Amino acid sequence: MKKPTAIVLGGYGINSETETIFALNAAGCDARYVHTRDLLDDPKILDKTQILVFPGGFSHGDHTGSGKALSNLIQNNLGDEVLKFVQRDTLTLGICNGFQVLVALGLVPALEKKYGERQAGLLKNKTNRFVCRYVHLKMVSQKCVWTRGIEKLYLPMSHGEGNFYLPDTQLDALEKNDQIVFQYIDAHGVLANGKFPANPNGAARDIAGICDPSGRILGLMPHPERGLFSTNLPEFGKMKELARRENFEVPEETTNRKVFENAAAYFA
Amino acid sequence: MHVASSGLFFFSVEIFFGRGTLGTSFSKFMNAFRIEIQNRVEDPRGAAFSQKIQNSGLPITRVETADIFTIARKFSDSEKIKIGQALTNPVYENFSVDEPDFTREFDWAIEIGFLPGVTDNVGRTVVETIEDLLKVKFDPHAEGVFSSVLLCVSGAGLDLKDAEKIGWMFANPMIQRVAVKSADDFFSAGGMETFVPKVSIQNDHLTADEINLEISDEELIELGKKGIKNSDGTHRGPLALSLLYLHTIRDYFRAEKRNPTDVELESIAQTWSEHCRHTIFANPIDEHAEGIFKKFIRRATEEIRRKKGKKDFCVSVFSDNSGGIVFDENWVVSDKMETHNSPSALDPLGGAMTGIVGVNRDCLGYGRGARPVINRYGFCTGDPRKKIELFRGKKKSNPALQPREILDGVVAGINEGGNQSGIPSPQGFTFFDDRYAGKPLVFAGTIGLIPRKLDGRDSSEKSAVAGDKIIVAGGRVGVDGIHGATFSSESLDEGSPATAVQIGDPITQKKLSDAVIRELREGGFINSVHDCGAGGISGTIGELGDEAGGFEVFLDRVPLKYPNLAPWQIWISESQERMTFSVPAEKADEFVQILKKRGVESTIVGEFTDSGRGCIFFKNQKVFDLDLGFLASGWPRENLKSVPQVSVSEKIKLPEISDFSSEILKMIARPNVASNEWISQQYDHEVLGGSVVKPLQGPGRVNGTASVVRPVLDSKKAVVLSQSLGARATESDAFSAAAGAIDDCVAAAVAVGADVDSLAIMDNFCWCSSDEPERLGQLLAAAHACFETATIFGTPFISGKDSMFNDFKGFDADDNPVKISVPPTLLISALGVISDAARTQTLDFKFAGDKIFLIGDTFSEFGGSEFSAAHKLSKSVVPKISAEKSLARFRKIFAAHGENLFTSIAHVGIGGLAAAISKSCIAGEIGAHVDFSNLADDLRIALFSESKTRFLVSIAPDRETEFQKMFSDAKLLGEVSGTDLVIAGVDPISISKLTENYRGTFLEF
Repeated sequence: MKKPTAIVLGGYGINSETETIFALNAAGCDARYVHTRDLLDDPKILDKTQILVFPGGFSHGDHTGSGKALSNLIQNNLGDEVLKFVQRDTLTLGICNGFQVLVALGLVPALEKKYGERQAGLLKNKTNRFVCRYVHLKMVSQKCVWTRGIEKLYLPMSHGEGNFYLPDTQLDALEKNDQIVFQYIDAHGVLANGKFPANPNGAARDIAGICDPSGRILGLMPHPERGLFSTNLPEFGKMKELARRENFEVPEETTNRKVFENAAAYFA
Repeated sequence: MHVASSGLFFFSVEIFFGRGTLGTSFSKFMNAFRIEIQNRVEDPRGAAFSQKIQNSGLPITRVETADIFTIARKFSDSEKIKIGQALTNPVYENFSVDEPDFTREFDWAIEIGFLPGVTDNVGRTVVETIEDLLKVKFDPHAEGVFSSVLLCVSGAGLDLKDAEKIGWMFANPMIQRVAVKSADDFFSAGGMETFVPKVSIQNDHLTADEINLEISDEELIELGKKGIKNSDGTHRGPLALSLLYLHTIRDYFRAEKRNPTDVELESIAQTWSEHCRHTIFANPIDEHAEGIFKKFIRRATEEIRRKKGKKDFCVSVFSDNSGGIVFDENWVVSDKMETHNSPSALDPLGGAMTGIVGVNRDCLGYGRGARPVINRYGFCTGDPRKKIELFRGKKKSNPALQPREILDGVVAGINEGGNQSGIPSPQGFTFFDDRYAGKPLVFAGTIGLIPRKLDGRDSSEKSAVAGDKIIVAGGRVGVDGIHGATFSSESLDEGSPATAVQIGDPITQKKLSDAVIRELREGGFINSVHDCGAGGISGTIGELGDEAGGFEVFLDRVPLKYPNLAPWQIWISESQERMTFSVPAEKADEFVQILKKRGVESTIVGEFTDSGRGCIFFKNQKVFDLDLGFLASGWPRENLKSVPQVSVSEKIKLPEISDFSSEILKMIARPNVASNEWISQQYDHEVLGGSVVKPLQGPGRVNGTASVVRPVLDSKKAVVLSQSLGARATESDAFSAAAGAIDDCVAAAVAVGADVDSLAIMDNFCWCSSDEPERLGQLLAAAHACFETATIFGTPFISGKDSMFNDFKGFDADDNPVKISVPPTLLISALGVISDAARTQTLDFKFAGDKIFLIGDTFSEFGGSEFSAAHKLSKSVVPKISAEKSLARFRKIFAAHGENLFTSIAHVGIGGLAAAISKSCIAGEIGAHVDFSNLADDLRIALFSESKTRFLVSIAPDRETEFQKMFSDAKLLGEVSGTDLVIAGVDPISISKLTENYRGTFLEF
């Protein structure tokens, strides 16, 4: 079976391309690195691509607001091609800075299918500080292709601008359209209700990730690609000892891989 | 500082330009306009500012902030609107062009922007955005974009002075300006003034000057100390050349039958500086003709490598920008730890930021290009909770920054530099002692990853070849950092140059780094590469020229930030984010084109030769023609003399402790023991996806002293990193303090899972007053301990760095002259490879019922301990190690990790067993019942002694026998249980109370 082709954008301060490519390939995709400049110079690359990923990082240093400068660059030079790409039967993912870029490009939430219109924002964290820690998410969307079969995730976040913002009425619409994908919960599975540290940035309605109306475009702040192995988990030392005592095996891999496996499965 | 409405000139500007190196024209940029952007939904920055101002006691009620972009270039009105739209997200932001928001209510408007010439990263991004949006090109010399922040402050009764004070709470006069207007002035004038911080240097004398060395010794001494005289009588800044050095230089030029040019003299001063040549480590001392470095550090490595034979894992030591060891059959990992002390004292944010991005380049400059994959950091400052008044000038002039300001700044600097570069920064420490109040120590390190082979040959092989083109890549050159190297070689005083201060540009460097790693390090582009650090291109081209055998450089080809730099300034400027490459001639144009495509400017500035000489031309004139052998190593070897240190042998007199539980609670809250979560949590330690043992361990989030990371995701192997500081005990017994630092560092790594037999270490000596024989005696003792301990452990030094004059000279608040020297400080850092990331363990207690043991012996050893500092006890015997015993213990622990024998393991370090057991409880959110009476007959010793090589472990009940068989001398202390820490003879302490104290110290930070 042919593996789905994925491109992972890099350059300009993007910095999570290595682990993102690793995650996609481990899940059965054929992912490769493409410098954003090379895509701007040769938009035809998109014609042969099934999965487009905007990875995490600090594109243009977050100067003037996270994701803005990179989305301007893409909008000015590749806006139409990207809109065409997402209208095909393709998948698009933005993680962290990539989510910020998707929002600035208007690819999510794209309420009323107004793709290309800036509708939401990821504001500075309420603490006004960059935060890096593990968070718990619950998956609440029936629609999102990327998250089928996922109930919860436990994974790291690291960002300074992840405070999801939409005016209240549009938040209702987002919820009604089943476009809220991930919400922050605490270790016991209870919705964070805006409280730090379970909700690390103050995001409205504890939103950690959203999708477009089709469910094929996902943007999320935390990083599934950085928690692919059990050894990544903060509790690994306890897990392995518990496994010895209760006589089970610690799986080598975590459920965070499911995000990428869903992408591969979509094209299978 | 406030000039009502006509202009914005500040004392800070005068400091900046008062050196005679730089002038600026404030003539109006006719076409400049301002775009103001405001978040109308939420302003957490305003809330944070507001909190800080309120904490200072000023009666403010609210702060609203806005971003200002001052754009100095002609655009039509419709283009201005387009620019505004591109910089704004309409969902939550508003923008206006040349018009402030008149609906806002406030009392004072305060604008904070950069001084002319200071790197403005945000401004640069806006230039890129506009260039792409409108398909235009900015002229870098005449046009630009400059960012600033506007604070609109509300508060009844605030006067002008208060408003200015508020501005300076968020600005550093070394790099920033503050403008203040009352609301009335603000509205009547239509907002703040348009200020374009563009540098323009008035210099009609762009040639090299001849410097007459045929002058009296007094004049030579002045030349060395203050630098070359300008025509207006001011001096250019320190050359830091002693009379002996100047005589040697004069003799050289007498033989050449001419005087030097200023370019030559400045270049020699850079090259021969203590900062670059490490003369104190290189020169003969007492009976050690080969000097400290060769005799004690390098020789240790040589002996260890010989002894390891086939098991030697070193790839490249000391000779390159970083040291390298084998990771696996495909990869090498490199490591390097730098200091950035002097710049951080003046501008903590910029100092730490250029420190971390600078050491990232030391990694990129390892071999033919290693990828930075992990950062390290460390900060030594005064107690940040205290106000310590120090001044560089008399009559309370030129104040030194407060410890809190320095700490906040350096923490933010590593945050910006590390996070933006996408390199995880898991491993670091803080250490507080008021002797760091005058000069902080700021450590920044980077671990790199590079294939063992590139283009089919060893990736560590590098050498410039005659005929290669010299390519300088990265940022443009300004007067930034001029005299950085010579300045770092001296103690800080009033004459310390402000131009030594810089800000880093991580994004430009990230572009360069990506290009080197992904596109240039293979394909025959790079014969050699060095990072531009101290001395700028004079350093790198000199080093590469040594490899090739000569160089020829055309200085007018070097791209400048602004016109009219003199040739000597271009040659020694330390402008950041630059690297120098030696590129085969036939590959040079392609090299430049690739970088151009990736948004990085690079320039062919000359070529390497085999003439044996370095020659520099400027505007068709030869301004520099030196024998490279003389430049590289012609400095006179002074025979250093030391006075041997007599170690303190007094026994400790312990104070009576009436309430041990409150003593433990106090210990866990001490700044050197308490939680650093506020730092760890704001540094990305998960990027690149390889994090295993993290900076905060257990559900209770306790800072560990070692980290584990998998740098290659398809390998189970991992690297372990740790560090330890020898500082408090060096003045009592530098030998034991240094041996203890190595022991602590290795023990910390071993505790999480490292194999001592695959561990390499690095040394960073941060000494003080190294022209004093007593200090040199302490240095020798420490170096001696480094040799002995490392050779027994078999841990080779692979890289190191020293900084010899960490002293502050100035005045106190009563105008008394003061000199504050840092405690002689040795930082040891370790890097090791383990076969499987899964054979690691953390320090948190995990299961009730587990048995708690202590491995290692407890003696009455309090010299340099946290307990001694807490009770201000006089000097006493410093903890000793028995290196052979330590080694055997380290190996045994490694073997036990292989059996997953430990449920938790903590190295007992600062604060003794009291701190260690508290932390294991806090981290595990679980209590313990223990009895320490079998450790020592005195509970004070059991709890607070800092005897070395001890480990606190918890063991599953079903493995107790197995454990005791392996560690027959381990002492059973009790078991994990309940919600209190219950120590026999001490009132029970609840874990929640312990946690509160552990986290409370820096809660407000």
